[in-house]
Amino acid sequence: MKKLLITAVMTAVMAGPALADTIRMGTEGAYPPYNFIDDNGEVAGFERDLGDELCKRAGLDCVWVTNDWDSIIPNLVSGNYDTIIAGMSITAERDEVIDFTQDYIPPSPSFYAALSGASVDMNGGVIAAQTGTIHADHIAASGATLLEFATPDETIAAVRNGEADAVLADGEFLAPIVAESNGEMEIAGQIALGGGVGMGVRESDGALKDKMNKAIASMKSDGSLNKLIIQYFGDDAGTY
Amino acid sequence: MFEFCAEPKLLDGFRWLACYLTTAKHGAFYASFGTVLLLLAIAAPSALLFGFFGALSSRSHILPLRWFGRSYIAMVRGVPDIVFFLFVPIALDQLIELIRHKILCPDVLEPIWQGNDFIVCDIAKLPLGTDPQWIHEIYGFGLAVLGFAIVFGAFAGNVIAGAMRAVPKAQIETGSAYGMTNRQIFWRILLPQLWVYALPGLSNLWMILVKATPLLFLLGVEDIVYWARELGGSKTSAYTYAHPDWRVYYFLGLLVFYLLLTFLSEKIFARLMQRLSYGQATMAGKTAKVLS
Repeated sequence: MKKLLITAVMTAVMAGPALADTIRMGTEGAYPPYNFIDDNGEVAGFERDLGDELCKRAGLDCVWVTNDWDSIIPNLVSGNYDTIIAGMSITAERDEVIDFTQDYIPPSPSFYAALSGASVDMNGGVIAAQTGTIHADHIAASGATLLEFATPDETIAAVRNGEADAVLADGEFLAPIVAESNGEMEIAGQIALGGGVGMGVRESDGALKDKMNKAIASMKSDGSLNKLIIQYFGDDAGTY
Repeated sequence: MFEFCAEPKLLDGFRWLACYLTTAKHGAFYASFGTVLLLLAIAAPSALLFGFFGALSSRSHILPLRWFGRSYIAMVRGVPDIVFFLFVPIALDQLIELIRHKILCPDVLEPIWQGNDFIVCDIAKLPLGTDPQWIHEIYGFGLAVLGFAIVFGAFAGNVIAGAMRAVPKAQIETGSAYGMTNRQIFWRILLPQLWVYALPGLSNLWMILVKATPLLFLLGVEDIVYWARELGGSKTSAYTYAHPDWRVYYFLGLLVFYLLLTFLSEKIFARLMQRLSYGQATMAGKTAKVLS
């Protein structure tokens, strides 16, 4: 035991100066296949694999933390974690509060999903979306009645129980849900929204942004990002 | 957990359920019941302590102390709980970091508030960015406990101050007539007796505290409500164990848990009341029997 302790202390002391910077990666953990908490209780999904690879390339030591979507920006700003890597689309509105790296998922269509056979009025019906998303903004502007929920899962439940006529969300999120609903749900339409998904960092954190930008660029150029996108989002997904 | 859980997609029926209910994620769910009980175990005595000092200072002869006690009780009681729960941990966290920043890095001259950002130097952060996740969790939990203690302390303060006034005045005067000092009167007459008057109010507060524990979820602590929602939501095959929306079963489980907890509390408070009433100059005291 004593020997073990001494070894532990020695390693800690010796590894001290060589330790990489610790970066806390903030994600939502409720948006499969982007990011979710798997059955081992760990953050998993596309962004977990991507984030770990980016950290490796940037020489950073990364820790994963989850945070509710609606407070994910305030908690980044107040320093509870250092990045947002949560399927967040780059928008001008968000860019005023935080900074984005270059996009790591190209702009991809958003889907409307509804119960099979239902006729949905996209511009006049009741459409569910997650609070604080580009989808919620779009519905509010479209003239349809917006039904907001805190989590993506609740937006689906709202369509299933008839509370909403349809749900609007990222295609990559809705496609597997519709495919596995045994015909209960179908894609009722699609629309191009957002300018791609990027990683959010604090505006004052330019160094981290540069490191991550470099790492993303290197993953784009050697094709490993495309491979990851296809692995998680299928062959039809948009790549670089 | 079980050996046959290696290939979950091939399982069905009871075996699937057995594997499903013993995943590491469910382990975290079961452990979160402990988190709630721990919160109660720490928050209740601290709230009582806050309340006791609140009540004492609101009756103090020293004017500023009395103002402090009264404004604490009045202010916290008057503001919606949820506002306080959201305000106290965030404000406290920033205040602590601000102080640490001033002490630990006096040579950093950049402003702490830059637009929306609240930036303190790395070594002033609490917990440190390099600290393991469990320290962050304990720190968040500690702030939540403090929030609960402050809010429920104010209510307890009001109850205790009322109970102090309810102790029969004749007894205090008798103590005085026997030549007891104020201190002696407090320790020998007021304190032992006030509990019997405070207990109905305090038991009420306890019940409210039990039912308020899901607010932990709002503070980002991964409590039973968080896990029930996370586990109960419909799962696609991106997860090892896919299932439809099962939130209703999980929340039913929480309902049973809270009912059991409040039921048990009522039993305990009934016994406590009987014991405290024994020999007291109250209606309950006249009928109370000695408990073996």
